[in-house]
Amino acid sequence: MKILVPVKRVIDYNVKARVKADNSDVDLNNVKMALNPFCEIAVEEAIRIKEAGKATEVVVVSIGDKACQEQLRTALALGADKAIQIDTAEKLESLHVAKLLAKVVEQENPELVILGKQAIDSDNNQTGQMLAALTSRAQATFASEVIVEGDKVNVTREVDGGLQTIAVNLPAVVTTDLRLNEPRYATLPNIMKAKRKPLDVISAADLGVDLTPRITTVKVEEPSKREAGEIVADVATLVEKLKNEAKVI
Amino acid sequence: MSVLIIAEHEHGVLKSDTSKVVSATQKLGKSITVLVAGLNVSEVAAAASKIEGVSNVIVADNAAFEHQLAEDLADLVVELAGDYSHIFAAATTTGKNFMPRVAALLDKVQISDIIDVIDENTFKRPIYAGNAIATVQSAEDKHIVTVRSSAFDVAGEQAPAAVSTIDAVKENTLSSFVSQQETESERPELTAANVIISGGRGMQNGENFALLNGIADKLGAAIGASRAAVDAGFVPNDMQVGQTGKIVAPQLYIAVGISGAIQHLAGMKDSKVIVAINKDPDAPIFQVADYGLVADLFDVLPELEASL
Ligand SMILES: Cc1cc2nc3c(=O)[nH]c(=O)nc-3n(C[C@H](O)[C@H](O)[C@H](O)COP(=O)(O)OP(=O)(O)OC[C@H]3O[C@@H](n4cnc5c(N)ncnc54)[C@H](O)[C@@H]3O)c2cc1C
Repeated sequence: MKILVPVKRVIDYNVKARVKADNSDVDLNNVKMALNPFCEIAVEEAIRIKEAGKATEVVVVSIGDKACQEQLRTALALGADKAIQIDTAEKLESLHVAKLLAKVVEQENPELVILGKQAIDSDNNQTGQMLAALTSRAQATFASEVIVEGDKVNVTREVDGGLQTIAVNLPAVVTTDLRLNEPRYATLPNIMKAKRKPLDVISAADLGVDLTPRITTVKVEEPSKREAGEIVADVATLVEKLKNEAKVI
Repeated sequence: MSVLIIAEHEHGVLKSDTSKVVSATQKLGKSITVLVAGLNVSEVAAAASKIEGVSNVIVADNAAFEHQLAEDLADLVVELAGDYSHIFAAATTTGKNFMPRVAALLDKVQISDIIDVIDENTFKRPIYAGNAIATVQSAEDKHIVTVRSSAFDVAGEQAPAAVSTIDAVKENTLSSFVSQQETESERPELTAANVIISGGRGMQNGENFALLNGIADKLGAAIGASRAAVDAGFVPNDMQVGQTGKIVAPQLYIAVGISGAIQHLAGMKDSKVIVAINKDPDAPIFQVADYGLVADLFDVLPELEASL
């Protein structure tokens, strides 16, 4: 079985995003970038399935300019076998990304696609579901456990009311939640080895997907600021303030 | 062209998220249809018909929809989609699951997690864990939108609107339900509670969460948690508040032993009043707290319970 793991280069999760002075976007100049945490979990899961002898190859793919090769190399260092960069300088919408990935699915024919449930920049939570729809596959989102058994995958999903387990037929699309696994760290020898693993570059333009934007960002603003309040001396003062000043209890 | 809202319900009860989505769409000034898909959902439909602003309710009562699997829901919505210019659902784990599938099947973009409706095709939504608010305009003729329900109020009530049924089902062969593990609780739901008290890694273990129980009882509060507390197995996943958990905006949010990471703040910083209890005076949570108590939680929680 082949597993495809689409990954995204995003702002490092420890960095607080700042809005540009002209309100056109978030300022990513000189900001530390990293593999999206949910994508890292997806890569880890694919590698574990391979290590368990249930998959033979893990292919990672990222869409972006040359910079995203850094994240592809990270994924290769974690244990992926091959990487594909879909080269584009455009800022794409989730539907575009899903359409480009559907083309890769067509070419690579993976039985399983594992993606992060959301990217921590756009916070859209759409791509996996869209890819499943476009490739007429089953979807199992927000996974906290993935068990591959023959031509089925049992996936436990984190839902608002608790946990739901579903069975999906392969080929399928799975998206990862936080508690699916704890990703390993890449070791130095593996980082060195990753430099020699194959990384193919395909031009997005060659995939025949219409990438005309359908969403315009009118402006990007800072959220309304919360002022730090006061430090109260003790529990009695806290309760008194909540009752008489804030009037919330 | 009018609005279609897919209802959110559980155990035969309509969730308040649906009413909040109705509030969100009222600004569009269009007629609003609510779709209730599920098994034995006549009471859900009746409740939906009484939300102020709803012009009619369509019920798809069928075993295929019992577990709200994305493939079945998406096919149903796509079948109905022709009549509507706006298709809305709450950004719950159900809405997040099937709506992008609907969008892709219709070859439309989706706008996720909106917090404001500016006009027919312009919406506001948080990005980067809520550290920026984007105003986005869609060029589509059909808008697929999920709504952050904490950003909207519950709509009023009205005399029941008309309810009709449809039996459009082609049961999907791709996925099937296996089991459900639900967290039983007598407390209000996190996303509907007026008061929330949340514990973090500072609680040290699951048993210590009992320290929050008495306070929650007295305040009628829901109990939440940080990711660290969930990851450590102190409490179940559905209690996680944050960027990637539940987004809440209660009247009062009490954070206990929570440091205030960006991702946690993303889920609660729109609460009306925030209280932080933390022994570290430099914890970032104090930067958003209206009232901070620098103290050991094991000392002050019993005292807090006693003084309420
Ligand atoms: C992709 C991604 C998504 C994430 N999503 C979420 C999310 O949705 N929600 C979320 O919460 N986090 C999320 N996180 C995790 C987040 O970054 C933090 O790691 C997490 O919120 C920390 O939880 P905490 O505050 O409980 O733990 P810590 O940061 O360890 O803080 C514990 C606090 O308890 C205090 N404390 C300890 N003992 C006591 C005591 N006896 N009395 C009083 N205070 C005490 C300490 O001073 C400290 O401030 C996410 C992270 C990533 C990478």
